[in-house]
Amino acid sequence: MRAFSYERASSIEAAAKAAASTDGAKFIAGGTNLLDLMKLEIETPTHLIDVNGLGLDRIEPTPEGGLRIGALVRNTDLAADERIRRDYGLLSRALLAGASGQLRNRATTAGNLLQRTRCPYFYDTNQPCNKRQPGSGCAAIAGFSRQLGVVGVSDACIATHPGDMAVAMRALDAVVETIGADGTTRSIPIADFHRLPGETPEIEHVLERGELITAVVLPKPMGGKHIYRKVRDRASYAFALVSVGAIVQPDGTGRIAVGGIAPKPWRDEAAEKELPRGAKAASTRLLADARPTEQNAFKITLVERMLSAVLAEARG
Amino acid sequence: MQSPGALEISRRDLLVASAATVTVAGAPSLGHSQTNIPEASTGTNVSFTVNGERLELELDNRTTLLDALREHLHLTGTKKGCDHGQCGACTVLVDGRRINACLTLAVMHEGGSITTIEGLGQPGNLHPMQAAFVEHDGFQCGYCTPGQICSSVAMLEEIRANIPSHVTGDLTAPAEITAAEIRERMSGNICRCGAYSNIVEAITEVAGRKT
Amino acid sequence: MRFDTPATTNPIDQLKFVGQPIHRIDGPLKTAGKAVYAYEWHDPNTPYAYGYIVGSAIAKGRIRSIDVTAAKSAPGVLAVVTADGVGELKKGKYNTAKLFGGAEVQHYHQAIAVVVAETFEEARAAASLVKVDYAEEKGVFDLAAARDTAVKPEDGEPDSAAGDFHAAFETAPVKLDQTYTTPDQSHAMMEPHASIAAWSGDELTVWTSSQMIDWWRTDLATTLGIDKEKVHIMSPFIGGGFGVKLFLRADAVLAALAAREAKRPVKVALPRPFLMNNTTHRPATIQRIRIGAGRDGRITAIAHESWSGDLPGGGPEVAVQQTRLLYAGENRMTAMRLATLDLPEGNAMRAPGEAPGMMALEIAIDEMAERLGLDPVEFRIINDTQVDPEKPERPFSHRDLVGCLRTGTERFGWKDRSKRPGSRRDGDWLVGMGVASAFRNNLVVPSGARVRLDRGGVVTVETDMTDIGTGSYTIIAQTAAEMLGVPVDNVAVSLGDSRFPVSSGSGGQFGGNSSTAGVYAACVKLREAVAQKLGFNNADDVIFADGEVRSGDRRITLAEAAGDEGLAAEDRIEFGKLTETHQQSTFGAHFVEVGVDVATGEARLRRMLAVCAAGRILNPITARSQVIGAMTMGVGAALSEELVVDKARGFFVNHDLAAYEVPVHADIPHQEVIFLDETDPMSSPMKAKGIAELGLCGVAAAVANAIYNATGVRVRDYPITLDKLINGLPELS
Repeated sequence: MRAFSYERASSIEAAAKAAASTDGAKFIAGGTNLLDLMKLEIETPTHLIDVNGLGLDRIEPTPEGGLRIGALVRNTDLAADERIRRDYGLLSRALLAGASGQLRNRATTAGNLLQRTRCPYFYDTNQPCNKRQPGSGCAAIAGFSRQLGVVGVSDACIATHPGDMAVAMRALDAVVETIGADGTTRSIPIADFHRLPGETPEIEHVLERGELITAVVLPKPMGGKHIYRKVRDRASYAFALVSVGAIVQPDGTGRIAVGGIAPKPWRDEAAEKELPRGAKAASTRLLADARPTEQNAFKITLVERMLSAVLAEARG
Repeated sequence: MQSPGALEISRRDLLVASAATVTVAGAPSLGHSQTNIPEASTGTNVSFTVNGERLELELDNRTTLLDALREHLHLTGTKKGCDHGQCGACTVLVDGRRINACLTLAVMHEGGSITTIEGLGQPGNLHPMQAAFVEHDGFQCGYCTPGQICSSVAMLEEIRANIPSHVTGDLTAPAEITAAEIRERMSGNICRCGAYSNIVEAITEVAGRKT
Repeated sequence: MRFDTPATTNPIDQLKFVGQPIHRIDGPLKTAGKAVYAYEWHDPNTPYAYGYIVGSAIAKGRIRSIDVTAAKSAPGVLAVVTADGVGELKKGKYNTAKLFGGAEVQHYHQAIAVVVAETFEEARAAASLVKVDYAEEKGVFDLAAARDTAVKPEDGEPDSAAGDFHAAFETAPVKLDQTYTTPDQSHAMMEPHASIAAWSGDELTVWTSSQMIDWWRTDLATTLGIDKEKVHIMSPFIGGGFGVKLFLRADAVLAALAAREAKRPVKVALPRPFLMNNTTHRPATIQRIRIGAGRDGRITAIAHESWSGDLPGGGPEVAVQQTRLLYAGENRMTAMRLATLDLPEGNAMRAPGEAPGMMALEIAIDEMAERLGLDPVEFRIINDTQVDPEKPERPFSHRDLVGCLRTGTERFGWKDRSKRPGSRRDGDWLVGMGVASAFRNNLVVPSGARVRLDRGGVVTVETDMTDIGTGSYTIIAQTAAEMLGVPVDNVAVSLGDSRFPVSSGSGGQFGGNSSTAGVYAACVKLREAVAQKLGFNNADDVIFADGEVRSGDRRITLAEAAGDEGLAAEDRIEFGKLTETHQQSTFGAHFVEVGVDVATGEARLRRMLAVCAAGRILNPITARSQVIGAMTMGVGAALSEELVVDKARGFFVNHDLAAYEVPVHADIPHQEVIFLDETDPMSSPMKAKGIAELGLCGVAAAVANAIYNATGVRVRDYPITLDKLINGLPELS
């Protein structure tokens, strides 16, 4: 870990300003992924701005009937909130499927959206990785790719977004609210928040330098059956091979977002239109552009079977 | 240099041994005397409470809470198993919540209240959870044990506070203490010796409910 | 004391303390965080410095040069020691790969430098500034591809045979010929390797985490080129080992070199992401098993061949070991072949040989039973043997495999197992049961101890034995208490110090029986010394009980007998030819029930039972813990554990505890263990045998067999992950 200077931000505006005006600055909130990466010198900030004391830890109703989740709300608190449990069960379930009790007590809503891939080659600085070191190549495509992406990937990178919460947020059509260095705010639909790798896998989201996430807004409750199904090798404390977040309405229509298969939570409204025709039709459409490796081709079958199980559960 | 003396383990000697250990660990130095902060800006003053004792430290910003406890305060009951949030051996309670001390910077805990395994109980005066681990042989090598115990104490509080888990059936019903709930909620604490079955029994006993 | 005739009645048979469920005497220290592990030794007046390791970024090649300029000028740095800077160091006897020194790189993450600084943070940061210029060479990393290049190893007993396997197999009415694979596995103990080294003149003290004190002492002295007598090793608490701490490791060597260079005591711990490629692992195997049997279920021919790989100078994974002994059959052969691989060093991990061997053999037995139309328990019982099947003149010292199988069958409810695979359903779960025999040889190793009696009547045992979680502290206290007739509370135990008599150490499930036998020997001597001092000349009527020694109508407290000067005795148990005349092994049976998610193929354990026949159980609490821990490790081997080899770049890719998935709480159901009540007088005066590795052998195969019973999908390549099952699962509606 390289040496860095540290400040406790005094206000949201000051934090954004400091981040924009200081070379190598980064925000730190929960720190559960950032410090992990800093120890390996995959992240090398020279200045950390601690945003924990900024009061962004509340969940409040919006005029539209939804909820505004402060960026610093911890995963545990978000999952345990009565309104979330009642109206957005998918989000609670996704959060609780992630990491461990200890990590959820620290990890924040904003940080969770920004966590980086767990591709083992990204994590080993001796190995080529276009995401970590642009232009160095990708050792994963011809190497150990069982965990990695099958869709939305590129010749430069097949890493996945590892999160659970973001899958639920995608299905819920959440909106990310930010403040920029100049004090301007913007609202970014979750669908547009993460970027696909293309030739630039090092760029993972649309935030600009100094831009700070202040909240994630959920639209008003949409009813339906909320299901989050996560499949992994061991029963807990592991990243997903595949996860499926679903909101299924009584008439068989619904929303599906899938984790563990792509560089971002994977959702395709066209595939959702196929849902009433069954899992096979929907997953075929969802994965129409998939280009799996030999090692992760099983994810195609797995998605279809999980979808089938989820739809059965929704009917049940 | 501490003379490499024999370490005798017996029930009889426990009080003596623990008293001797406390003398070493109980003299918290205010900052590591050798800490060499390259530039003033890469070090920060922080004050927090550890096991009820208020401490002020000047630390290299890079110092994790785990290393502050182990290397600066010599509270080595909190273990470093992976240093990357992958094992749970470093679990401590901060403001009553369990966290991985390896994935948080010490300087981020200004004003915080930290409880480590040493603050739960001592040989001769064990916390009920510590005693239950001995009774049910909920450990073998002992290295994950302080983390398991800190985690389990906070975990039971989480259930009492009605925080749900991955295996909770109905999200709108009160959280329950069952073996399945304990197993899921304790999964952030790895025990390679494989004492899980006994740990669950120890926790169940302390929780006061047979499952 | 020489043990060369079977044990007769001795004071241990009183079982006042030995055999009793006594809680660990080190329990309060461990649960209170007061047990001090290697990296935690602290003296307030000592200015410790911190060492951070630099590992090779390539798998094979040479170091052209190492540039330490930037590292040396980084804040707080005291010294940088490099592999090419110290020159060639002599390799220890027990290591295959060099731990440090020289310009050759033998494997990924081999230590090539250590940076010493005032603080941990400074050392870690400066370590990344060390710049290395490598000349990379092509290596061999793929066992399957290298299989045909494998040769017969020079050492050990790679081949064995009896009768005429080929002829018998050819004519057998029922046959099986299958190949199984087991992956590289990591010990993944919770405490990373760590050492603190301090020089005082030419004398070196190292606080470390070692299973075998004397091996470390010897090899550290060899590596550093100093006299063994100048090296002092301390390792009273060890945060798990499972074999990876049997042999000297880089942390101790680097701490010693760094402390010498920095002229300060230095602490070095191996960072977790560095461990799996820097240290040792259980090597992968390819195993071919052929079994021929008559329609009556009797095995007439059995062959087991195994291929594994290691660095030059290494050895094979002895995966055929159990097949030489476990089942009857007149015509048999085994063979092991070794390929040269440039992966990190393969070496012992819990139950080396039997653990991966039983993973394969016990699936084969299940498959064969099915072909014969026999219950897999019955098939095993039919083929039980009371003699070494390769050398029928050599009986087992004691063998109750059948008792384990029958007891388990009843206690587990085996009769409820569905005979037709894939036919039992519980909601979304396909449910199946599986069984496997457990088998592991019993080893005995010479072990010494010193026992002191003080004027307070307190007994102190000193031995360099280690407690890696096995319960050594407790069973040694029980042994001394039994022998000298004092409560366990009056026994103090000091372990893990090279100034104490050399013990068996902890490994190969020999430590519990061997080290307590050594304590027994020392206690016999102390009893003689007490009797002699008191003039109790009729040895036969001397009784040690209730803190007293009695002879005829004389009774004297031990405290009085010790007097102001105290008494001490030292002895060592040595084992004679009983291990040659009789085959000593331990036996068991594993029964498991699994559920496999019908949609996803996720396999989860529902119930587990182990029944063990392993001689006298010295402490049912600690012995049971060894077995449940081993069962847990077996679940990992069955379902998730695999060090994944990058076959182009030559390293284990998933080298941390997130990516190498060992079982967590949620993977493990309630576990039951039954010990058959038995003794084995051939093993030692304790009449005990090993238990800690037996508990692992067979577990993974029992899980594999249960998954087959649940799904009808037979997987022969471990771990049995869902991608290997999913295409064989039923269609979903």
